[in-house]
Amino acid sequence: MVKRIPHSGTITPRSGPDRRSLLMGTVSTAAVPVIARGAQAQTSPTAPTSTINRPVDIALTINDREHRLSVDVRTSLLDLLRERLGLTGAKKGCDHGQCGACTVLLDGRRVLSCLTLAVAAQRHNVTTIEGVANDGELHPMQQAFIEHDAFQCGYCTPGQIMSAIGCVNEGHAENDTDIREYMSGNLCRCAAYPNIVDAVKQARSVMKTASTQ
Amino acid sequence: MQRFVYQRARQPIEAVQMTAADSRGRSNAQYLAGGTTLLDLMKLDVMQPDVVVDINPLAESGYGRIELNQHGLRLGALVRMAEAADHSGIKSEYPVIAQSLAQAASQQLRNMASLGGNVLQRTRCTYFRDVSYGECNKREAGSGCAAMTGFNRMHAVLGGSDHCIATYPGDFAQALIALEAAVEIVSRSGNRTIPFANLHRKPADTPDQETNLRPGEIIASFMIPAAPWTRRSLYLKVRDRQSYEFALASAAVALEQQNGIVRAARIGLGGLATVPWRAVEAETLLRGKPVNDDNAAAAAKAAFASAQGHGHNEFKIELGKRTLVRALQQAAALNI
Repeated sequence: MVKRIPHSGTITPRSGPDRRSLLMGTVSTAAVPVIARGAQAQTSPTAPTSTINRPVDIALTINDREHRLSVDVRTSLLDLLRERLGLTGAKKGCDHGQCGACTVLLDGRRVLSCLTLAVAAQRHNVTTIEGVANDGELHPMQQAFIEHDAFQCGYCTPGQIMSAIGCVNEGHAENDTDIREYMSGNLCRCAAYPNIVDAVKQARSVMKTASTQ
Repeated sequence: MQRFVYQRARQPIEAVQMTAADSRGRSNAQYLAGGTTLLDLMKLDVMQPDVVVDINPLAESGYGRIELNQHGLRLGALVRMAEAADHSGIKSEYPVIAQSLAQAASQQLRNMASLGGNVLQRTRCTYFRDVSYGECNKREAGSGCAAMTGFNRMHAVLGGSDHCIATYPGDFAQALIALEAAVEIVSRSGNRTIPFANLHRKPADTPDQETNLRPGEIIASFMIPAAPWTRRSLYLKVRDRQSYEFALASAAVALEQQNGIVRAARIGLGGLATVPWRAVEAETLLRGKPVNDDNAAAAAKAAFASAQGHGHNEFKIELGKRTLVRALQQAAALNI
């Protein structure tokens, strides 16, 4: 069982562990060991059918690493990422597919991880915000969001960036109108929208240049 | 969310067997395609299936295919909304279909949601979605309707009954009903094909029975026949915000026009009715006439002759008429 961190209204002192590292520490003791892809390729998981009360064994490829773990069949991909693997970049905003904060890429296409069952995400490649930087170098979209100050509180930002990467790769970022339309599934309560559009335009150019080289 | 058994079907025959009713004729199984409606409503405890059958592998059995030829358009039920919306042939030959899909939901949802699931999406009625309201004839037969005297700004003005005025929320379905699509359905006892117009049921006195699908049946595909009006077609959607919102009123319009005279019109109306809605009376009125202000207004008046408001949603009758008038005028003016 994963231990849940009770929601705390108190502010952790600077000297002590902050909430994130406390969470990560808890997760690392609870999560099934991560195995590099290939190490267990000979035992491909099947188990397509669960029973009503038992967890189901699944294998997921996330950011090019294979993870094997046993989950309650009700687990969303979002909860699995955040609570089982410590990948807390994808955010839980509404948990009902209305805000876009949980956006990840599934086989390169942007989807909502809150409305995806983890068990149904098997056999697909999942990419999260943690997987887009390359050897410590930020993805052009991450860099553009920083340079254009395309956020305030930052809560929606990982979802915005994943959605924006998908948007550019789909060819739906050719002009401002398209960017606004095709990014409409990502809400930003701080209303950083004009700067987000600017960031997407900058990254689009960099990504296009990179893809033609 | 209630516990359930997850099963994954690789073939259609496997899927329909997995949802077989038990010896007492009960089956509370649901098919999982994109999951954008199902998981949302399971989290809200509005839907509580005991078996969830993942049918996504059926995409390999033709359910994920788009076929476009001189006879028409065939859309597999597991084609994703975004695929069909971005398909160049659909955009040019059946623009109303591409537009109805592109104006629905967000790109993330369109990447996930299947066409079969899209037409079966459940109403956005807040009383249906919130189980803390005891009254909802759609959720629980005979429990009453909280929307009738409640906040019903988004509710239907066409096709309602004393028992339910929940709006059918979809856009794509309006294009399908306008273009006289057919639905291919698969079950354990074989295949059958029905007109799309017969898929959904008006609420009448059984709002909990939303479609004419029998337990365990799966939609395999939609067939849209080629017709002279498909190219001169469009989808006009009016909503509270410009993107990522359900329709307050929408019109799917297709016209066959010669020398400025309508030879045939096909009209679907969205956001206004309890089911996908075809405005046959308006279509008939337009035949043999030009789409001018008077004729468009007369058609719109005919389309809403039976409309009934319930307080907050009264405005939708006038809004619906104006939406249809504008859609007709835009379609008539298309340069094809």
